[in-house]
Amino acid sequence: MAATGHTGLVAEPMISLRNVSKRFPGARDPAVRDLSLDVAEGETVVLVGPSGCGKTTTMKMINRLIEPSSGSIEVGGRDVLRQDPVQLRRGIGYVIQSIGLLPHRTVFDNIATVPRLERWPRERIGARVRELTEIFSLDEELLPRYPAELSGGQRQRVGVARALAVDPPVMLMDEPFAAVDPIVRVRLQDEFLEIQRRLRKTIVFVTHDIDEAIKMADRIAILNLGAVIEQLGPPEEILREPATDFVRRFVGEERGLKRLALIHVSDIEIEDGPVVAPSDAPEDARKAMARFDTDWVSVVDDGELLGWVDEAALEGKASVGDAEPRRFSAYVTGDSSLRQALDSIVTSRTNVAVVLGEGQRYVGILRLERVSGEIIQ
Amino acid sequence: MIEPRPFWDWGWVFEHLGLIGRQLAEHLVLTFVAVGIGLAISLPLGVLAYRRPRTYPPTTYVTGLLYTIPSLAALSLLVPFTGLSTLTAEIALVSYTLLILVRNIVAGLRGVPEDVKEAAAGMGYGRRQLLWRVELPLALPAIVAGVRIATVTTIGLVTVTALIGKGGLGRLMLGGFRNLFPEVMIPVALALTVLLSLGFDGALLLMERLLSPWTRRRVLRSAA
Repeated sequence: MAATGHTGLVAEPMISLRNVSKRFPGARDPAVRDLSLDVAEGETVVLVGPSGCGKTTTMKMINRLIEPSSGSIEVGGRDVLRQDPVQLRRGIGYVIQSIGLLPHRTVFDNIATVPRLERWPRERIGARVRELTEIFSLDEELLPRYPAELSGGQRQRVGVARALAVDPPVMLMDEPFAAVDPIVRVRLQDEFLEIQRRLRKTIVFVTHDIDEAIKMADRIAILNLGAVIEQLGPPEEILREPATDFVRRFVGEERGLKRLALIHVSDIEIEDGPVVAPSDAPEDARKAMARFDTDWVSVVDDGELLGWVDEAALEGKASVGDAEPRRFSAYVTGDSSLRQALDSIVTSRTNVAVVLGEGQRYVGILRLERVSGEIIQ
Repeated sequence: MIEPRPFWDWGWVFEHLGLIGRQLAEHLVLTFVAVGIGLAISLPLGVLAYRRPRTYPPTTYVTGLLYTIPSLAALSLLVPFTGLSTLTAEIALVSYTLLILVRNIVAGLRGVPEDVKEAAAGMGYGRRQLLWRVELPLALPAIVAGVRIATVTTIGLVTVTALIGKGGLGRLMLGGFRNLFPEVMIPVALALTVLLSLGFDGALLLMERLLSPWTRRRVLRSAA
């Protein structure tokens, strides 16, 4: 999960687009119409919209693969139009959907591309390639291979590693995970989020997949034709309050479920639930059930959760501990999303999600009503 | 009555090793120079045609026209200007390589994947770096294929320049035809010409494999 809480206007933005337009010769309508957007340092802004909405054009104007027709673009406080485009691009990481690894260069040489263009000394290049190999959990045995010999996931990792080779502060990523199957995609997304948590690059990320946007973004910009911003804000806000019908349609069904994925269990209030100690009498357990209107109780021994028992198990036992508490099939923790909690609720026999802290410490329970309350809110 | 002469006569071959060697060497030089100059002219033409597609049709038109001129006519037309010289021979030979080479260079460059070029440009390759380090290396297999055809064609055409006193092994053929000893001279020259073609073709193929290992590995992997 990406960090939230950016307002987007902290001090100097790392990337700043001001009234940018792009009109391609012969086209009736501009591809990008008067777009202004700031990206704060360390922030990931995802541009998302239907195909042809101008999101890729917008991104390519930042490293001048496409020249804007009007407006100004600054990266790190410097006007990109006043810089040598080749030099500018070497300072901005660039990943595209098809990756575009150089087929005639080995994996090592591909990762070393920009350091070589920048004439780094040989030892420094070798050290950096190995460092990136480690960061992206690539096997060192892959380094002498050619791109055609790699799997799709490996190629994708090499492509992102290559873009980070000279440690640029800014990254442009155009559907970087779209070319692999869904299972690999999720893994690559998770890995990249993990890496990004440490590196805190400033990222402009383009996708047409709203779920990917929700997952990767600090802020999402939903673009309509002409790269007109329909809504700009954190994913949670866009799911909670779509600003326009376009956004509502684009975000699609299951808006509530998608939003649950963004809220953590620790963000909401947790109920104590029916709890007894193993030494307690069955009568205490029955009272707890009555109080919480359940047919089971949690058994907690000095803060540690042992499991649960129901009415039938207590029959004829001297204490709750004698009833041999059964373990819960699934738990959630404060880091879990409400979507995971919901899954736990609907699949458990007890119809609740049990929340645990460090070392099996019992924290409480979440019921369906509490979670669905968050959807409706 | 004329004694039937032998089809093959090792004695003649050994006595004339010097002559055969000289003609072979001349054949090699004429071929090398023609293909080398042809490549030196075709490369800029091909790159230009690739970058500015509008220049491609006139380029293929002119080189195509040169290609259609019969070699005998080309030599006859040139002799009044450049005489019975190596220059005459080379002008004719070079003009026949251009169409093949330009076409293969353009095809090779156009075959470079769009995404590879975009990623390379996005990483900060300048135009010239992109050409020399990405586009030409990736076009190499197609370019070498063109060089192979041009070389084999030139080796054959060199023999025709015997008419203006050059011709390498062609001179042996012409000599055999005119005089005296066709049964030996022509087979010797023919065999050497064919061997030369096969040898060059093989050597160029080997060179391409060595220079573009990425294509070879892929073949090996997909076969495995």
